[in-house]
Amino acid sequence: MTVTATPSYKWVGTRPVRHDGLEKVTGRARYGADLNLPGMLIGAVLRSPHPHARILSIDTSAAEAMEGVRAVVTGADFPILESEQGGSGEEYVDFRDLCHNVMARDKVLYEGHALAAVAATSRREALAALAAIKVDYEVLPHVIDVDRAMAPDAPILHEDMITEGVDPVPDEPSNVASRYVIDRGDIEKGFAEADVIVEREFVTQPVHQGYIEPHAVVADVGQDGKATVFCSSQGHFMVRSFTALLLGWEPSRVKVIPAEIGGGFGGKTTVYVEPVATRLSQKAGRPVKIVMTRDEVFRATGPTSGSKIRLKVGATSDGKLTAVEGSMAYQAGAFKGSPVSLGCMCAFAPYSVENVLLEGLDVVVNMPKVAAYRAPGAPMASFASETLLDEVAEQLGMDPLEFRLRNAAEEGVRAVYGPIFKRIGFIETVEAVRDHPHYSIELGPNQGRGVASGFWFNFGGSSSATVHINEDGTASVLTGSPDIGGSRASMALMAAEELGIDVYDISPIVSDTESVGYTDVTGGSRVTHATGMAVIDACRNVVADLRARAAMVWDVDVEEVEWVDGRAQHVSGDRAPMTTKDLAIDAAGTGGPITSSAAVNARGAGAAFSTQVCDVEVDPETGAVKILRYTTAQDAGRAIHPSYVEGQMQGGVAQGIGWALNEEYIFDDGGTMENAGFLDYRMPVASDLPMIDTVIVEVPNPGHPYGVRGVGEVGIVPPMAAVANAIHDATGLRLSELPMSPVKVLAAIGANGG
Amino acid sequence: MVRVIFGSALRQYTGGVEEVEIEATTVRSLINALDRRFPGLGGAIDGHIKTDALYERVPEGSEVHCLPPIGGG
Repeated sequence: MTVTATPSYKWVGTRPVRHDGLEKVTGRARYGADLNLPGMLIGAVLRSPHPHARILSIDTSAAEAMEGVRAVVTGADFPILESEQGGSGEEYVDFRDLCHNVMARDKVLYEGHALAAVAATSRREALAALAAIKVDYEVLPHVIDVDRAMAPDAPILHEDMITEGVDPVPDEPSNVASRYVIDRGDIEKGFAEADVIVEREFVTQPVHQGYIEPHAVVADVGQDGKATVFCSSQGHFMVRSFTALLLGWEPSRVKVIPAEIGGGFGGKTTVYVEPVATRLSQKAGRPVKIVMTRDEVFRATGPTSGSKIRLKVGATSDGKLTAVEGSMAYQAGAFKGSPVSLGCMCAFAPYSVENVLLEGLDVVVNMPKVAAYRAPGAPMASFASETLLDEVAEQLGMDPLEFRLRNAAEEGVRAVYGPIFKRIGFIETVEAVRDHPHYSIELGPNQGRGVASGFWFNFGGSSSATVHINEDGTASVLTGSPDIGGSRASMALMAAEELGIDVYDISPIVSDTESVGYTDVTGGSRVTHATGMAVIDACRNVVADLRARAAMVWDVDVEEVEWVDGRAQHVSGDRAPMTTKDLAIDAAGTGGPITSSAAVNARGAGAAFSTQVCDVEVDPETGAVKILRYTTAQDAGRAIHPSYVEGQMQGGVAQGIGWALNEEYIFDDGGTMENAGFLDYRMPVASDLPMIDTVIVEVPNPGHPYGVRGVGEVGIVPPMAAVANAIHDATGLRLSELPMSPVKVLAAIGANGG
Repeated sequence: MVRVIFGSALRQYTGGVEEVEIEATTVRSLINALDRRFPGLGGAIDGHIKTDALYERVPEGSEVHCLPPIGGG
């Protein structure tokens, strides 16, 4: 179902089969692990069995002497970088932390932390060599729970970490890396005006992005000292930058060829094994492949934060929010940089609230460094805020959607985090759910209905595109954005619209780092917006060129040439139109090949909003929660390829339901992850979920030529609260701890006298 | 004039001042002007925005917010 605003296009908004679809469904597409080169070695990584320990010594001599072993590396093979905030596009990291995360030096900070690697002629030999590396550890006390990590007697992960954002500056190190505050209005006055005040604490656990494809890389350092890296990532320019940085090289010494990617969801916006494989290849003089196991993916790559959140909300009896206050503490993992500030900014962003006091604490703990995960930081914060808003509406006796509409942010409203919103479509998403047949379906025994909304900023950033017109009149569209969610099809559709040729006459290509201009990662819901703008600009350059060439052939002024449906037309109509193919055949005679490149640092990424409704049935005997129905409405601005917009919406909801009901990192008392595999880390599968109905709302983004807003992330923000609110409607119980697994639901029913 | 609004993290550099009006035409000139008025503040902002927005035009009457870096997944 689509709520359409304005004009219609010939190609934009249609649903062609994706250009990369056949290769993927027939198994021919090449993913990270699919490349094999002559003489290639197999790499493997030695990982810490301890969550926190000092490395007293590493002896690799026995491993180096083993048959088949061609190279061994430890932290000593990589330069130690200074602490500096930087990154590749939107991915801001501390370079010192990045280098210590890829290969530990003096300390290991989580179970699974890499501290050595080998390259051998077979995986068996590589694993045997890992077993022969002798590491002498001084095991240290560890801490994973966020409250315990903030306690005065907690084991300190980084002796030089002084909390930022606190005045006066503390004298002693702590595990709290920084404090972030949003402080607006008069919080005491706001609560004094409230007729209803609700306050609760919430707990969420770390969850993994759960991409199907593990991290995989083949690195080949040639005789000239230059590296070719073939890998799956969300940004091969990011891999180039970070790999070169961690090796002490200039970026131009590394060429990265993007593999297809089997999911990322934010987790592949940084590097883990790429610099390691490259250094091993340099030492061995042969190509090296490293493919992580699923176990390694869980233990050593970024999940997102677990959190402890306390929130308080006040509202008047007529349903107007007067104040929101609270504190959020997020696990950052072993190094600073949780998305807690984003959680604070997003939690109440859909609403107009004058009095706000929200504190965010970024807390390091002995688990893998968190990585981005779909709208990073927002889902756990919105689980708390949207559950509380439901409770306020209930106490006011008000429909929860009506309560949201009374407080909804719209154009001109100052967002909780500061700026004033431009044109946004939050209200339209609430109305779409309110008016959807789902919202009035009658419920049965033990069944309940919950709603929730969510916000995500979206991002623009740097993108490049090159468009070639081929001799047969078709076009190649080259970009630097890995295609995770169907972006090839979206680029082709926008190019077809601009050039006026058939979408299947467009060949959308994801080019390597030497064949197209720099492009930021595929993340932040930015590709259709920003890379799309580069494609549109390049196509418009090409059309201008085609018009000029037609004018040359006709010996008329270029102003007398129009470009209509892929053909040059003389305005007076006394010349036979010339197609793209006609002009391409004669290109040599009119100035040479027809090609153009464009690049943007895109601004104006319009904010994204989603409102969702969920029906559940709770089994009072087992505590199991079944999702009966689910409908999600989201403002896409303009859906370039509606099927892939719907896919993003459904995917976000599916992951959010998993986060709500089952997913969590479980650690034993020794800090070892107990469920590092898909049998024990329970993600939803198709049989767990109903068809997720979608409503694409289109409120065009004024910052994009077609009105595009990013759609990849906001869909994961509301589900946890929507499910929790539905469980409350079914049982009367307010659950405030994720996941809402059968054990927890049953315990809550029991505690309630059920 | 441009209206600049400081988040709480930056108010340690402004003596608690929440917003000021500054004469500036680009982000770079705005940061330089802020640094003259609140020594140390310019470096704190500049350290985060890097080169990404330094040359961005700031139209007369704009409202500028200093926000944490926003990454995505």
